[in-house]
Amino acid sequence: MKHQNVWTIAEAHDGKLRTVSYELLARGRQLADDLGQELVSVLISGHVDKDELQKLIERGADRVLVVFDEWLDSFIAETYSNILCDLILERKPEIVLAAATFNGRTLLPHAAMRLHVGLTADCTGLAIDPITKDLLQTRPAIGGNILATIKSPDHRPQMATVRPKSTKPLDKDKDRKGEIELVPFKTAWVDPRVKRLATREEAGEDINIQEADVVVAGGRGMKKGENFNMLQTLARNLGGVVGATRDAVDRGWAKYPQQVGLSGKTVTPKLFVSVGASGSIQHLAGMKTSENIIAINTNEDANIFQVADFGIVADLFEVLPLLNKKLEEEGSK
Amino acid sequence: MNIIVAIKQVPETSNVKMDPVTGTMIREGVESIINPLDLYAIEAANQLKEAHGGKVTVVTMGPPNAEKALKEAIAMGCDEAVLISDRAFAGADTWSTSYVLAKAIEDLGEFDLILCGERATDGDTGQVGPNIAAAMDVPLATYVSQIESADPATGELLVWRMTEYGYEKLQLPLPSLLTVVKEISFPRLPTLRGKQRARAADIKSYNASNLEVEKDKIGLKGSPTRVIKIETPKVTRGGTIIKPADEKDLEDAVDKLIDFLKAKEIL
Ligand SMILES: Cc1cc2nc3c(=O)[nH]c(=O)nc-3n(C[C@H](O)[C@H](O)[C@H](O)COP(=O)(O)OP(=O)(O)OC[C@H]3O[C@@H](n4cnc5c(N)ncnc54)[C@H](O)[C@@H]3O)c2cc1C
Ligand SMILES: Nc1ncnc2c1ncn2[C@@H]1O[C@H](COP(=O)(O)O)[C@@H](O)[C@H]1O
Repeated sequence: MKHQNVWTIAEAHDGKLRTVSYELLARGRQLADDLGQELVSVLISGHVDKDELQKLIERGADRVLVVFDEWLDSFIAETYSNILCDLILERKPEIVLAAATFNGRTLLPHAAMRLHVGLTADCTGLAIDPITKDLLQTRPAIGGNILATIKSPDHRPQMATVRPKSTKPLDKDKDRKGEIELVPFKTAWVDPRVKRLATREEAGEDINIQEADVVVAGGRGMKKGENFNMLQTLARNLGGVVGATRDAVDRGWAKYPQQVGLSGKTVTPKLFVSVGASGSIQHLAGMKTSENIIAINTNEDANIFQVADFGIVADLFEVLPLLNKKLEEEGSK
Repeated sequence: MNIIVAIKQVPETSNVKMDPVTGTMIREGVESIINPLDLYAIEAANQLKEAHGGKVTVVTMGPPNAEKALKEAIAMGCDEAVLISDRAFAGADTWSTSYVLAKAIEDLGEFDLILCGERATDGDTGQVGPNIAAAMDVPLATYVSQIESADPATGELLVWRMTEYGYEKLQLPLPSLLTVVKEISFPRLPTLRGKQRARAADIKSYNASNLEVEKDKIGLKGSPTRVIKIETPKVTRGGTIIKPADEKDLEDAVDKLIDFLKAKEIL
């Protein structure tokens, strides 16, 4: 049997689909159309509502493959990998895409190793080679200093993880038709060696900086932890979340999940606002692929201005209150 | 506890260059260091050893001069070092690298735990840890931010793992494989005594002939992926930078900023 069709791996949390699932469908739709093949959304999860599944079709899927079971409430790499490997071996997709999230970046390498296929991490560009029909996978590497294009000519499926926020979901199309198929759960899939005992959800949205449209990040120039309140206000005014440099995290002004950069997270929001950060090479590695970058810093030679689309050389303690005031006036217009 | 730490030697961050013909990195002339994110794994391993006894073995696959990274790890308190090096392994992607690392770790004998960094700062994939776990069928936890307890007697390991929403606590058996994040530890510096030990240390070495590997799974040939193009994107953006001279200027600058947000459809 020939390998065919494009699969995207959906993710759910608390019974709801995560937006990355729709972003992947937008990527997958393009590839499936270029190949003239079907786009299949695969959801491995504890339970989610039936309406949610329909949304995958409205956002571009031709078919939805669902594996539901209580066992799947917690993400256990081995169990998920058993399921994905079995489905792939049985149905032979041409391409498998997952989100470059904590779980996606765990599941795909596990499965790719077992299947002996290539996997490209954290892609920001995907296309079909017009001649060979291979998947061309483009990704930043070495802290975003290079863009590499990778393919996997002799192994199928071709697999990639895709950076969250690097595509927009397709608009909802209520008239789209597609099929939902429930794959019966097999207990043989369960690997009992690893168990999730507890979860500790952190309060506030700030911890998920990779999926925000706007990230407002503070550095050592913020001077004190309390001053991050001003960033909270700015983030609220812009509909975003607060991030930080390593320096700010090490000083306890922000939490590690908020750290942007080489030893923290890589973010690609629509807008990144840098406040009181110098723009060290390690910090830039985590934010320089943002769509728009604004910088506020007193030092006009600060590196951060090199990557800024708009910058103000001024004291943040003067800029932020004024900016917040004006944004609030805009908001109430 | 017998702990294995897989470390990678990487070019010192910023100034690496690529060969536009082969699409591989030019390593000559660039200082090499231990992947900074692997230092957290080394430290976590050393702390476990201090708590439970045993030894820490660092393993790397790379060119002969990766020995330097291994010696540095010994200077930081690791006990044994293993270098996997052969021209036949060159050009390996994460699949093939992990295949060889898994074979070497299997050959080393019994262990309780394998630790990896979250990702390497050059290739930047974070795939090798999960790959090794899959290749060896060893239970896996990624993005581990805390090892709550590890009990070699009962073989129970409790860890906290980062997620998009916070943290989750996982129970694993020993042996397992963990990839760790910065939050797990604060790496210590090499000591003078450590440096002396490093100088005298015996480094075990593997190559393509004394390691049982299938020839079609190693090196460039054994790698499913191919780099076909390397671009160096322009990083500087040449944006509008305003330097206000007085309060009125500042007010103006903030208005322009708001116009910018509107133009970009953020407001
Ligand atoms: C292996 C390794 C990994 C690393 N990983 C990361 C990482 O993931 N993320 C990260 O961020 N860093 C990382 N770093 C650290 C990095 O090198 C820098 O030390 C750090 O990014 C600096 O943080 P900062 O910009 O907040 O502080 P600084 O470099 O001290 O910059 C503060 C800036 O604030 C400005 N400022 C001061 N007062 C004001 C004011 N009133 N108004 C406006 N501006 C003001 C100053 O002009 C200055 O430019 C890493 C380093 C190493 C070696
Ligand atoms: N060549 C290698 N030798 C030993 N360990 C490696 C090697 N490459 C990667 N690793 C380990 O795998 C982790 C992830 O690397 P990567 O998948 O390349 O981002 C690193 O932090 C190391 O712990």
